[in-house]
Amino acid sequence: MNTAPASEPLRQFLQAARSAGIRVSAAEGIDAARALQVIGYGDRTVLKDTLSLVLAKTPDEKHLFDECFDLYFRRDELARSDETNSDIEARVTSNGFGGEGLGGGGGRSLAQMLMDDDRASLATAMEDAARDSGIQNIRFFTQRNLYARRILDRMGLRQAERDMETLRKDGDPATADQLENRIEALRDQARDMVERNLLLFARGETEKFREELLKSARLTNLERRDLERMRVLVRAMAKRLAARYAKTRRRRLRGHLDVRRTLRKNMGWGGIPFVTVWKQKRIEKPRVMVLCDVSGSVAAMAQFLLMFLYALNEALKDIRSFAFAGSLIEVSDILESEPIEIAIAKIMQAIGFGSSNYGNSLADFEDGWERYVTSKTTIIILGDARGNRTDPRTDIMQRLSHRAKRIIWLNPEFRAAWGTGDSDMFRYAPYCDVVTVCNTLRHLERVVADLLKDAA
Amino acid sequence: MPDAGVAPAGTAACKFGSIDGVEQSLASVGYIPSRQIATAVYLAQHLEKPILVEGPAGVGKTELAKSVATCLELPLIRMQCYEGLDEAKALYEWKYGKQLLYTQILKDKIGDVLGSEETLPSALDKLHQFGDVFFSQQFLEPRPLLRALQQPGGAVLLIDEIDKSDQEFEAFLLEILSDYQVTIPEIGSIHAIRTPIVLLTSNSTRDLGDALKRRCLHLHIGFPDAKLEGRIIQSRVPGIETHLRRELVAFVQQLRSLDLKKVPSISETIDWARVLVLLHAATLDAELVQDTLNVLLKFEADIEVAKKQIVTLTQKARQEAGLPI
Repeated sequence: MNTAPASEPLRQFLQAARSAGIRVSAAEGIDAARALQVIGYGDRTVLKDTLSLVLAKTPDEKHLFDECFDLYFRRDELARSDETNSDIEARVTSNGFGGEGLGGGGGRSLAQMLMDDDRASLATAMEDAARDSGIQNIRFFTQRNLYARRILDRMGLRQAERDMETLRKDGDPATADQLENRIEALRDQARDMVERNLLLFARGETEKFREELLKSARLTNLERRDLERMRVLVRAMAKRLAARYAKTRRRRLRGHLDVRRTLRKNMGWGGIPFVTVWKQKRIEKPRVMVLCDVSGSVAAMAQFLLMFLYALNEALKDIRSFAFAGSLIEVSDILESEPIEIAIAKIMQAIGFGSSNYGNSLADFEDGWERYVTSKTTIIILGDARGNRTDPRTDIMQRLSHRAKRIIWLNPEFRAAWGTGDSDMFRYAPYCDVVTVCNTLRHLERVVADLLKDAA
Repeated sequence: MPDAGVAPAGTAACKFGSIDGVEQSLASVGYIPSRQIATAVYLAQHLEKPILVEGPAGVGKTELAKSVATCLELPLIRMQCYEGLDEAKALYEWKYGKQLLYTQILKDKIGDVLGSEETLPSALDKLHQFGDVFFSQQFLEPRPLLRALQQPGGAVLLIDEIDKSDQEFEAFLLEILSDYQVTIPEIGSIHAIRTPIVLLTSNSTRDLGDALKRRCLHLHIGFPDAKLEGRIIQSRVPGIETHLRRELVAFVQQLRSLDLKKVPSISETIDWARVLVLLHAATLDAELVQDTLNVLLKFEADIEVAKKQIVTLTQKARQEAGLPI
């Protein structure tokens, strides 16, 4: 097979594609190699179309792929144009530095190449040095200098610097200065090249790293500039969960005799139905009522919980949301009619930032909406249970826990802080089915996944 | 694993010998492909891989399969997917009625056949000598997928709107997509006589599984640019005047940039072109456009949005088509 010569650039490209965020499996890698055998490397557009067909499988990935392909082959083009020019190298005669230097391309010293201003050979040498130094493993912005240094070392920079010193001592300071300038220029080029490669190989990594960090960051401590990224993350997580659980339910949305399987099962008895096979019973999607404390520090958390739940629309049957601080109001309408960011701001304006009164809010809920709580309803309460020493009204919680399917209490405070000061957490806890700490995206995801899993 | 380097023999190879060849022969049956579409068809044939075609409704996904079939003179076997589609409707079904009849006949004849045997074991031995016909090819009712594998000369299999089917059905397709074989528990695996060309289409109403995508070439067909759309109209509606065609294409291209619920796709452009030819229109004017807009736009709200801009849009279209305003 003649895969060998083609496989190296392809392998590198696959690595670049992966780090750009395209998921490329080994099987797809093999497909790409097979496709290239059929198509060849001749035509750039055909090559791009082909690889795009084999590797990128969603509109997002197609977009990433286009970017990555252009970036990768722009770099490749530089290298190639240099290769074709490399015969220039042959024409250049040695001019006094011969034999003194080491390393570099074409067996000539770096200083010599610099003095000849032989850009083609320099670029080739830099490409080689970069490959030797494993540039495709670069991951972080902070590694730029390290790699630039490594590349220059491999090109023989030390020797060139020594050559420069020798020149200066030998009384040719003009040439030495010129050499020094060119070495400086070379440094810039190396840094440039490292940055190009960083863009190519590490973009996905830094993104991923940042996302991982955000997922486990306390939501109350988030900086404003991370909010947009968080929203994207929440939507992606919710979409994944919804896709998983919406499907299982759809499959089971049947409740009839399975005639075909019944007949088949009873073939042995001449088609007389001794054994009946039933299609699976339909399963209810969870109905959720969310009560969010929007006072003080819990507000940030409430925003993300609501965002999460509303992104899950298709996996939930019915969702009603309430916001409370001193008293409680229903906010479902606002959340459904406005984009979530604006809705949250409106809610905060209407009710937020007061001091919370849990007893009062629970009483409001019981008066207005208790009749909507059925044995299929899950009530989620998000709050720190700090009622500023007002009556916690645990009697209402008790009644609710009898009516509802279950009550989940999410508390953004650490467990150790529960019950200290004015926290009524332990007074409410007996009436809840689940009480859990919830202050990062990861916690949120787990809670919501459990909610959906139990219903399925 | 089939050897990728060797192209399948016969007319198929002649017609689809190169990407240009694909482009030309598809054009000859009235389907004007973009370069990318031609590349996909070429690769599908040479790598023996299915193509998953995604894109908005009406850009010619299904049409592509039909044209490939016409081109290669192969039968087109079409399977429309929907929620609840299962293997009995997609792959095979036992002919239950016939099987029941068979048991009835067997009941009547069993005495004649086994009557001469003295003991039960010897009767059983005799029984074993008969072939096990009950679950055999004779009682098998092939459905589209199995039919596609059984075509002696090969076939083009179109699995339409795969996103409408259930997740399980997708999993069940994997065997046929990667190995071109299906397994029937009572009989065993059935291989394709000639590898069919498989096209799956999807409108992306839901995300397809990774396993399915991995086995396919993924082709995304978007809206064509003005040049390609002009060629498509020319091929589909040959009676249309050149300058009207240019005007019409420029108009539709602009319409797509508006904020609409459902932007017109190629099929709508073709319909509109036909309507204009029927009405003997020589050029686009605001009144004519207003009267025929419902061919292009299918939502009341969209028509309202577009109506407000008809005059500017037609003027711009004239400009782009190089006509005096």
